[in-house]
Amino acid sequence: MIDALEWQPSASLSALKSRADQLAWVRGFFAQRGVLEVETPVLGRHGVTDPNLDGIYANSSALAGGAAGGWLQTSPEYHMKRLLAAGSGAIFQISKVFRDGERGRRHNPEFSMLEWYRPGYTDSELMAEVGDLVCGWLGCAQPGVMSYRNALYQYAGLDPFLASDRELTRRCEAWLEPEQAMTLGRDGCLDLLMSYLVEPALAEHGPVFITGYPESQAALARVSERDGVRQAHRFELYVQGIELCNGYWELTEPAEQSRRFAVDNQVRRQSGKPEMAIDTAFLEALKAGIPECSGVALGLDRLLMLKLGTSDIADVLAFPFERA
Amino acid sequence: MASYSTNEFRSGLKVLLDGDPCVILENEFVKPGKGQAFNRVKLRNLMSNRVWERTFKSGESLEAADVMDQDMEYLYTDGEFWHFMLTDGSFEQFPADAKAVGDTVKWLKEQDVYTVTLYNGAPLSVTPPNFVELEVVDTDPGMKGDTAQGGSKPATLSTGAVVNVPLFITIGEVLKVDTRSGEYVNRVKSS
Repeated sequence: MIDALEWQPSASLSALKSRADQLAWVRGFFAQRGVLEVETPVLGRHGVTDPNLDGIYANSSALAGGAAGGWLQTSPEYHMKRLLAAGSGAIFQISKVFRDGERGRRHNPEFSMLEWYRPGYTDSELMAEVGDLVCGWLGCAQPGVMSYRNALYQYAGLDPFLASDRELTRRCEAWLEPEQAMTLGRDGCLDLLMSYLVEPALAEHGPVFITGYPESQAALARVSERDGVRQAHRFELYVQGIELCNGYWELTEPAEQSRRFAVDNQVRRQSGKPEMAIDTAFLEALKAGIPECSGVALGLDRLLMLKLGTSDIADVLAFPFERA
Repeated sequence: MASYSTNEFRSGLKVLLDGDPCVILENEFVKPGKGQAFNRVKLRNLMSNRVWERTFKSGESLEAADVMDQDMEYLYTDGEFWHFMLTDGSFEQFPADAKAVGDTVKWLKEQDVYTVTLYNGAPLSVTPPNFVELEVVDTDPGMKGDTAQGGSKPATLSTGAVVNVPLFITIGEVLKVDTRSGEYVNRVKSS
């Protein structure tokens, strides 16, 4: 199934120059704000438990420290939080991250991520800074804010918090066979509606943050009760319908974190995916205490796609995986 | 039987869907934020020729369809089947029924080579080459001097196909015809 590799880059030289300009601009942005640039491992001892993220395992016969291999990181989150626990203060990182099986017009299994953490910031404060960075670079108006609940209500015609499982499944049968829809689960159904109805509608919208995700989609965000439902302090920024970043008012409690890891692994078991070993160093760091903070991860390749007005990630990568 | 997982999907891949052989036309990977990934796939059902749009959860798989395109020479028809022979020197013959031959029947000329799509070893469809050369067996008499006006008239070819041709074309001439559009291209020779 492997075609002969083409040696030429898929991105134009001018796109590659814009990539360099973007990197310089991002570094300038954080230098001005006194945020420290850090580097953490691309190859780590642990992967993530998130059932929707598949890491790539790097096998080895001779890695140091008795380990037989390591995981190419899906995000530098755990390592950066360990730095926060060690007293780093505000930090940012530009790193290559890896996600198995993700390839499409907006995905490449290896991509460039900008991730940063702001001690003392709430989610709204960090959203303002994301807006400064993204719109400062793209020259767009500051993003608006729309709740996840309103977005689903407006574009998919249902309340993601109160709709019954049956109602969600039925809605997805517009695209799926009933037996497929049944296996999706509540969040899978919501993800389908998000991809097929909300994202295309957001393409007609100016830049907008979606906030207040269901608790089951909190990932590493703290959760609080608002408008009578439990909502995660998680946000995503959409520009022209392209999802650009994912941020949290970070969860800092080790017990709750352990519980979520266990739930993730349970979901993995049920869906036939391998369970992932828990990153105990990360949990120890939470126990030692990380400052109250917000953090966000932003896809730099997609940011460049928006800057250059292209809809194919191959136009901004020197060598997407087919040519890598 | 082999099967393909969504991450192996690509255009041209032949798969079984609802029991029918299909060819993948487009495969779009979609994934919202941190959620479930899907593959949004367009396929052509090779039995009905209809285009289907289907969604799969990433990681789902489809059985491979035993579908192969082969070059074959058209031999003859016995009224029920149209008989084709492999051009690879094996002389192996395959009878195609009316459904498999479909509209291609009007371009079938003995000894010409066609693409026969086999499904589980039996002809599923027959595709003509983009251009065929066929003799005019019937058309109204040519009218001299009308060539500049670009008028046209119907002409019946040796296979039964009817195409619009310029007014100067006469019975017995061999024409080059585009099978995709059914349009006259030019005269090959006068006989």
